[in-house]
Amino acid sequence: MIQTDILIIGAGPCGLFTVFEAGLLKLRCHLIDSLPNPGGQCTEIYPKKPIYDIPAYPSILAGDLTERLMEQIAPFSPGFTLGERAEIVEKDEDGQFILTTNRGTKHRAPIIVIAAGLGCFEPRKPPIDNLSSYEDKGVEYIIKDPEFYRDKKVVISGGGDSALDWTIFLAEGVASEVTLVHRRPSFRGHPDSVQKVLDLAEAGKINLITNAEVVGVSGDANLNALEVKHKTEGMMSIDTDHWVPLFGLSPKLGPISEWNLNISKNAIEVDTFDYSTNVPGIYAIGDINTYPGKLKLILCGFHEATLMVQSAYKRIFPDKNLVLKYTTVTGKPGL
Amino acid sequence: MDDMIKVFVIDRDEKRHMLDAPTDMNMNMMELCKSYELPVEGTCGGMAMCASCHMYVQSSHDISERSEDEEDMLDEAFFVEDNSRLGCQIKLTSDLDGLEVKLAPIGE
Repeated sequence: MIQTDILIIGAGPCGLFTVFEAGLLKLRCHLIDSLPNPGGQCTEIYPKKPIYDIPAYPSILAGDLTERLMEQIAPFSPGFTLGERAEIVEKDEDGQFILTTNRGTKHRAPIIVIAAGLGCFEPRKPPIDNLSSYEDKGVEYIIKDPEFYRDKKVVISGGGDSALDWTIFLAEGVASEVTLVHRRPSFRGHPDSVQKVLDLAEAGKINLITNAEVVGVSGDANLNALEVKHKTEGMMSIDTDHWVPLFGLSPKLGPISEWNLNISKNAIEVDTFDYSTNVPGIYAIGDINTYPGKLKLILCGFHEATLMVQSAYKRIFPDKNLVLKYTTVTGKPGL
Repeated sequence: MDDMIKVFVIDRDEKRHMLDAPTDMNMNMMELCKSYELPVEGTCGGMAMCASCHMYVQSSHDISERSEDEEDMLDEAFFVEDNSRLGCQIKLTSDLDGLEVKLAPIGE
């Protein structure tokens, strides 16, 4: 069991900055994120995107912002549970929250801060009506163990590196038949991988279908065929045991929506006095919260984090008088 | 007003919305849809780095060609057609008066 003062869900910029503000009040923090690296959207979606509204930085790349934040919070030694999704929140007999991840890691803290941005990143699912009825019955959005596909017929969709890499891997003596379906003749993946895929197709080791898209799934209990729409040749059917659509990741609110929080339009309602939710002890900051006048800016998330830790401090230490509010003189106390 | 145009957005329930759009604010279709609270995510903030503002251009307006970045991102969209665009790459200019777009379907 990991014990801390403030458990932060989401290691994006707001979550990271919370560690700094909490650290000034000598509160310890632990961050949980479903992604394998800190930085949230800044790292996952647009590390090379310049951001123009961070005070004192006329322009800073999102990836660099993450690095600077990590540097800024390093003195406070935050803990991290990365690559795991916050799943279940309960309370123990002392009134502390017990948070369990999808991989069973348990965390205990008197305060939870949800700084989860748009939610956790999950595979983007094609909008095909009966798709969900074949999930784990032939339709997989992530390849966890390639052995699962040994001697099976597999169709992969997508044009990025994961689609190319898995096509190459499965074609080399794993699956019995590999088909790659992509919407256009060119691929955005690494040129080496693109060439390999084209070579495999040339050699007849994979079926490469471009200018086409999977638009329908069918089967009995398990998936056994895909309906493919080709730009010029119309509809065709492909018999297969598996379909792996690899269309990148998109954020979803996920399990947070089941924590009895007041939610409106995919965002958590908060009181702007301290960004507390309707559940005492749980706060929400950054893009995931909503209130009248809300702006989804990193800048505003930093402000919310700052006010929120003051309130969290008073919840943890109701009898202590909070004196430290500014950092102008000392930076990190004790440095 | 000189610096306003009207554009039309058909949402995923086939409802047609008429939107007043300023052309002097350097806005794009993704931002416009969001400001009218239409269901467009625009996760990346308009950098053609996600595919969450995928829409179809239904009118015959002459819009700049898709860039390579936009083509790459459309690989992560679904049901991409010849008239598919990322809304964030459609800059609102006066020659787009009367533009009509349809929001593309999204998965669950």
